[in-house]
Amino acid sequence: MATQTAEKQPDTQTADSMVVRFAGDSGDGMQLTGGQFTLSTALAGNDLATFPDFPAEIRAPQGTLFGVSAFQINFGSRQINTAGDAPDVLVAMNPAALKVNLASLSPGGLIIADSGAFTQRNLDKAHYETNPLEDGSLAQYDLLAFDISERTIEAVKEFGLGNKDALRSKNMWTLGLALWMFDRPREPIHDWLRAKFKSKPEIAAANIAALDAGHAYGETAELSGPLKQVAMPPVPAEPGLYRTITGAESVSLGLVAGAQLAELPMFFGGYPITPASAILHHLARLKEFGVTTFQAEDEIAAICASIGASYAGQLGVTSSSGPGIALKTEAMGLGIMVELPLVIVNSQRGGPSTGLPTKTEQSDLYQAVYGRNGDAPMPVIAARSPADAFDVAIEACRIATQYMTPVMLLTDGYIANAAEPWKVPDPSAYEPFPARFTETLPEGETFEPYRRDAKGARPWVKPGTPGLMHRVGGIEKHETTGNIDYSPDNHQRMTQLRRDKVLGIDVPDQEVAWGEDSGDLVVVGWGSTYGPIKQAVNRWIGKGAKVSHVHVRHIWPLPGNLGELLSGFKHVLVPEMNTGQFKTLLRDQLLIDAESLTKTSGQPFMIAELEKAIGKCLEERCSGGRVRVNDDQLPSLEQGHDDGSLRNEVSQQSKVTK
Amino acid sequence: MNAPVKIETTLKDWETDQEVRWCPGCGDYAILKAVQRTLPQLGADPKNTVFVSGIGCSSRFPYYMETYGFHTIHGRAPAFATGMKLANPDLDIWLVTGDGDGLSIGGNHLMHVLRRNVNMQIMLFNNEIYGLTKGQYSPTSREHTRTPSTPLGSVDRPANPCAFALGSGARFVARGIDVSKNLPEVLTAAHAHEGAAFIEIFQNCIVYNKDVFDDFAKPKGAEQQQLWLKHGEPMLFGSEKTGGVKGLKLDPQSLSFEVVDVADGDWEAAGVLVHNAKSRMLAHMLVELPFGEFPMPLGVIYDDPAPTYEAAVIAEKKQASEGKDTSLAHLLAKGQTWTVSGTASDPV
Repeated sequence: MATQTAEKQPDTQTADSMVVRFAGDSGDGMQLTGGQFTLSTALAGNDLATFPDFPAEIRAPQGTLFGVSAFQINFGSRQINTAGDAPDVLVAMNPAALKVNLASLSPGGLIIADSGAFTQRNLDKAHYETNPLEDGSLAQYDLLAFDISERTIEAVKEFGLGNKDALRSKNMWTLGLALWMFDRPREPIHDWLRAKFKSKPEIAAANIAALDAGHAYGETAELSGPLKQVAMPPVPAEPGLYRTITGAESVSLGLVAGAQLAELPMFFGGYPITPASAILHHLARLKEFGVTTFQAEDEIAAICASIGASYAGQLGVTSSSGPGIALKTEAMGLGIMVELPLVIVNSQRGGPSTGLPTKTEQSDLYQAVYGRNGDAPMPVIAARSPADAFDVAIEACRIATQYMTPVMLLTDGYIANAAEPWKVPDPSAYEPFPARFTETLPEGETFEPYRRDAKGARPWVKPGTPGLMHRVGGIEKHETTGNIDYSPDNHQRMTQLRRDKVLGIDVPDQEVAWGEDSGDLVVVGWGSTYGPIKQAVNRWIGKGAKVSHVHVRHIWPLPGNLGELLSGFKHVLVPEMNTGQFKTLLRDQLLIDAESLTKTSGQPFMIAELEKAIGKCLEERCSGGRVRVNDDQLPSLEQGHDDGSLRNEVSQQSKVTK
Repeated sequence: MNAPVKIETTLKDWETDQEVRWCPGCGDYAILKAVQRTLPQLGADPKNTVFVSGIGCSSRFPYYMETYGFHTIHGRAPAFATGMKLANPDLDIWLVTGDGDGLSIGGNHLMHVLRRNVNMQIMLFNNEIYGLTKGQYSPTSREHTRTPSTPLGSVDRPANPCAFALGSGARFVARGIDVSKNLPEVLTAAHAHEGAAFIEIFQNCIVYNKDVFDDFAKPKGAEQQQLWLKHGEPMLFGSEKTGGVKGLKLDPQSLSFEVVDVADGDWEAAGVLVHNAKSRMLAHMLVELPFGEFPMPLGVIYDDPAPTYEAAVIAEKKQASEGKDTSLAHLLAKGQTWTVSGTASDPV
């Protein structure tokens, strides 16, 4: 296998990378299998990106189409930017898993199926009339079907477990086989199992036996045909210490780092909601870093308590997802009015309303930028990947404390759950931005709580400070004294001061991520579309097209040079996982003819989709062809999850996680 | 309770330069004065004192107190105050709310601040009406209250603030009246209580619900209608001048109260019950006592401290932090890691 080292090499489906999708029942432990495979892949030095794709139900009825849980990993000996368009290998633990995921499998891909789970009952539940493993319908793929269930029971027999308990180790057997396929060491998984089942050594031993049996099966079963061991050398990477990180972990660590750089204790108010809860869970374990976590009675109390903590002199942080963010809206307005630091993390998910709790979308951008009563300006920044979320969280803390303002940090369900390798940063390399509290006044001066500094920020005074007692609140207040003041001129000035403060935030100039500073087409992205846009753009650059990729972190205010930068291109294409929200913002703010490419299926963009859309754009627009309306929408019908029959199943959902 | 050092202040020290903007004759003026009179007696420190409020007439209160103050949003003051207290447990927090703010839009937060037992004084000004929005009925308005939004009279039953507080797990429940000379005493007891102290203050809205509490609050006849409770003292009301001293007697068979006459001050002979502020059971009975048949129980109904939320949070945090490595570099490098050596261009 050829190892490609240059970062700009197009991401073709060559053998230097591999996409594997583990799919099974919600109860089959596919997320665990995927997570451990990810860890062993990272430890083997491959680059990787993952995509956990699970149903909203905690335990959907067994064997059903809507109970299928999948974990996709793309890994290779070159740089990996997305979780991969189409799996090369699909591990299907039951008929439903096969049915839901088959459509996405790449042509000629390998299916590893547990034939033991293809019983008549399970086939019926997956609406198969005949057994696909036997009826020849999978002829265009490589098929490897054998009874994993039986082999697992065999492997753990000596531990005296009942069949039901024995079958719980099925995922470890499968993981063992996958470890063999890619020549991964088993020891880290052994260690992990021993630690996980510390109090139940017999369960640990059974799982280890199943894992080893799966591995031995690959090694000794003289299989002819599709199952071959694949060598995947480590990817060349910058020297340093690495670990894998999910977006939720990265945001949590970034917030801790940000609070330390601001020299403040952190108060985190949260309320359980998918997919934002993971941040609350991570931070709840970091008490020794000056973090107080508060699980409030609701989303509103979560943000209000955080503002209360900021008022008392800590860095208030709250976090939620779409519907929870909607509930926090009024309190954000108060935060803007009383001008206190606050970080609001929105892990976006499909909407409106409860929408798609476990699926990803970028459809809260309007809500973030415009979604409050009154003229209520608030800075908005967006993370582009799990690793990037660390720096973005620090940036959010910087803006919040330096400008005395709430800040919204946008991530999404994909970033929150997905993992990627992360070069562990050196915290001392970050410039501290210590918060300043006003403690005394120059002789003879009276305290004015709304007297602004050069950045437009008002003084932050901790209650308990002698001589500086003052009142704040949501009613319009006098420009300097902060006393209630409804007078027309004052409100006009205060509205302008609040706007100017936010627009005046020091935002770094926008850089071009990939490609030249000018050309025929610039693809402008924000948030988690970074990986697929980068790959698609680089494929076109490889073909000689004058295409560039600009990825915007600062959504509000926009980088000052963005308009000028984009004007260097003939056409601007904005792919996003909504119906064109950032496109509208760019058109409004920059008066440019930005065009949309949108996708709202709850699934991330695929590289191929973007590549095709860029091609079409280059052909139709850049060659002087007809310019159409900005409503290009990618329905992405080839993905199993948008299959019509499945959608009917999904509508029968009973329990939905909130 | 919070400030170990008592500070010498006068009423004037607690007044701001802001013009008070309640309607002339509003009961809020009397409560404001009672608070400003009480704080110097407590030795409270203005710099450590925070008044937190929601929205409504009562919630303008912080603007008139020369302390730290936060006029927040409708119904949410308990959540803001909880965040403040967790961030700085040394702050002496007074929460000001009303029957609409605290029991309608903010009922949820009031329940949770009481259940968690966050150390603060919660004054709920109950005027049984929405004043600031011009007179609609509130969750404490009595049945058949005619207002702009209920022109034919309200049909829903009112909430009982003190019963709500007890049901939410409050460890201190008291009642006062805006113009009552006893109000500072109630406020003092609330301040002395470690934990969430709930005080329902009957407050006269002279514009939209004038004299709604007159049947027990008006000075004339008050002695017959007001039962001021004191821990360890018999439950007596009335006087010789106003038709005789009476008391509450508990019938142990039916577990109900009856009003008994007390002759010659011999309340023991009359079987009058002694108030026990530590009895949760008794508190439940007292807050449910039907007025009319019985006098209105006032003063400290229940006062039985329990550990506070912020103390538990701080203790847990301290315990969890002990002996832990607090280096950020260490945290970032946690979990299973691998090292890439050599230069970037070298395949490893």
